[in-house]
Amino acid sequence: MPVTHEAAQRRWVMIIDLAKCDGCRECTRACNAMHFIPPGQEWIRVYEMQDHEAGSAYWLPRPCMQCDNPPCVKVCPVSAAWKREDGIIMQDTERCIGCRFCLAACPYGARTFNWVQPEETEEQRLRPYDIEWNIRHRKGTTEKCIFCPALVKQGKLPACADACPMGAIYFGDQVEDAVTNSQGETVRFSELIKEQAGYRLLEDLGTEPRVYYLPPRKRLYPAPPAAPEPAAAGKEHR
Amino acid sequence: MAARPREQFSDREQRLLASLTEHGPGFYALVGLLVAVIAWGIIAYAMQLRYGLGVTGLRDNFMWGIYITNFVFFIGVSHVGALMSAILRLTGAEWRRPVTRMAEAITFASLLMGALMPFIDMGRPDRLLNLLLHGRLQSPILWDMLSITTYLTGSTLFLFVPMIPDIALLRDRFADGPAWRRRLYAVLSLGWKGTEAQRHHLETIMAIMAVLIIPIAISVHTVVSWIFGMTLRAGWNSTILGPYFVFGALFSGAAAVVTAMAAFRRAYHLEEYITEAHFRRMGYLVIALGMIYAYFTFAEYLTPAYKMAAAERGYLSAVFTGQFSRLFWFTQIGGVLLPVLLLTLPRIHWMPRLREIPMLQPRPALATVATYAAAMIVLSLVAPQTAALGGVDVAQMITPWVIAALGIWLFLALLPVFHDRPIAAAVVASVLVNVAAWWKRFVIIVPTLQNPFLPIQRAPAGWGIYQPTWVEWSITAAALAGFVLIYLLFSKVFPIVSIWETREEPAHRPIGHGETVGVSVS
Repeated sequence: MPVTHEAAQRRWVMIIDLAKCDGCRECTRACNAMHFIPPGQEWIRVYEMQDHEAGSAYWLPRPCMQCDNPPCVKVCPVSAAWKREDGIIMQDTERCIGCRFCLAACPYGARTFNWVQPEETEEQRLRPYDIEWNIRHRKGTTEKCIFCPALVKQGKLPACADACPMGAIYFGDQVEDAVTNSQGETVRFSELIKEQAGYRLLEDLGTEPRVYYLPPRKRLYPAPPAAPEPAAAGKEHR
Repeated sequence: MAARPREQFSDREQRLLASLTEHGPGFYALVGLLVAVIAWGIIAYAMQLRYGLGVTGLRDNFMWGIYITNFVFFIGVSHVGALMSAILRLTGAEWRRPVTRMAEAITFASLLMGALMPFIDMGRPDRLLNLLLHGRLQSPILWDMLSITTYLTGSTLFLFVPMIPDIALLRDRFADGPAWRRRLYAVLSLGWKGTEAQRHHLETIMAIMAVLIIPIAISVHTVVSWIFGMTLRAGWNSTILGPYFVFGALFSGAAAVVTAMAAFRRAYHLEEYITEAHFRRMGYLVIALGMIYAYFTFAEYLTPAYKMAAAERGYLSAVFTGQFSRLFWFTQIGGVLLPVLLLTLPRIHWMPRLREIPMLQPRPALATVATYAAAMIVLSLVAPQTAALGGVDVAQMITPWVIAALGIWLFLALLPVFHDRPIAAAVVASVLVNVAAWWKRFVIIVPTLQNPFLPIQRAPAGWGIYQPTWVEWSITAAALAGFVLIYLLFSKVFPIVSIWETREEPAHRPIGHGETVGVSVS
């Protein structure tokens, strides 16, 4: 059953306008820097997508969808992943046992795993363990985008939304019905979704994501230069 | 109690008891080899503990690999105990008596290895206790834990309880044997004297256990399948995964018993207990289970393949014609069709007449195929380059048609040979079933991960494909060695064939050459 939020004060929500995204990956870089993300991981990954042959290619930034019917939370055997009332799916790397069931369950590939002990910088080491900052990474545990609750608490945008030079990422509160981007534009969430036919990724799976996309129509920036990267590269299994 | 006079044991019982104490050089060599493999696996695991799962081929897109393959495989093989002891007991198949304990011991050993695998696979084994402290019943992992521990307890009891009269026999037999045996048998025989009341209790316990163990066994492999079935991923998101896994499990387990029967029969000279008739009957079971399994496979793959929905297209084409097609067709042709044919065709009475056909002489056929295989192996070592680089791509040269033609030729040529040696045919079939069963579990796990909903993009070099590393293979080999070692040592401490259940009393006559006698639920 989807989580209900009748009593919640806040329901964080994100809108990514694909018409504005030019694939610069500033969001990824800002996120990596903010959380000291270990090499090989991207908590917000920019995909090169093409829905069908006749369609044009477009960029698709993919953070964690913070689903209201979250497959990852369902399968976690130890409550290391859980859903907050404000909609955020948190991850406790001090409790995670590293079974990676959540990686298997997530249809968006939004979860990453620390396969080795990541190297820590001095700055990271000095920071205390804070689940809302999530900047200490531990070998053998799972992590993902958590909508930067520590920044949001300070009234700031999550690192990715703040860094987007195009203002393509809107973040805000669904209860308040207002979302803001890096350009300081604040718009009504409901109106933006209605007017621009907002949709959610893999809607038919019923995961009820809290991240919405505006379709890449009338693109303001050129499409990805080359054909999308092939799905799998490497040797055959024999 | 005084030592029983030896005359109380028949010739074949004497031989069986001798297997407990007489160890040839082969035994020591095998134990040495197994211990070495296990030690190597422990070194590999120490590496993994030290450096993390990064030493494996697993990565974000391939979060599960051959550890989970091993898990599904060993838990699958363990199902045979419930099949042999419970289902055959309840249906009164008296011929099962000499092979029941072998099957139950397989269950015990493979459950231990299977249950170990998720812990090997864990990123943080040091936080194992969190499963108890913070365990959430919503998670299929908790279902696995509960059902596997229940099944392990149940099947250990199921192995142990009918062994009590035999342990009492051993207690008396080894009254002046080594101290460890005396103590062990004295404790484990639980004061068994063979009184009427004790026999009655034993039979009651076994009857209850036989009924209870069946739903437990079914639940185990059902929830094992649900670590896949409860996800949204194409290929795993299937309603029949539970029953499909249960029958795949029974199929591989029954085949494992056939292999074990042949091995013990030969090593411990149990020809009088395990007759050709036992292989025939186990063969029927393997055939029946293979057919059911094939039906499930057909249903599982045809329904999505007919529709070719976007989500499923990727993994289906990878499995049927792409990257995993060789493995998939091997598991189907080599692991289901061929074993079923090997268990049926050689029994046809006119098979030896194939010998009269000049083309079908076994020796030239065998020599040709062996030469071809050797040439391909040598070629792949000498010229491993791909054709694009101006070398010889050996894999390209081994076309399916050549394999099929050579395979059919060899198969037809060997049919008369197998006609004369039905046990050899059963062993080849059962080994094929289990090798293919392992790879089929691999083909269930990896192709689905290779084809997620969002394409695999921006993966660091080497993260876009799953290639198990030496660490994973070493631990896998160690698990297999551990299984064989537990099984072997078990057969050295307890008789691998039940003595009291195969005593030649009218009511308990084992079926070697005749038909079933009695249908008592005992």
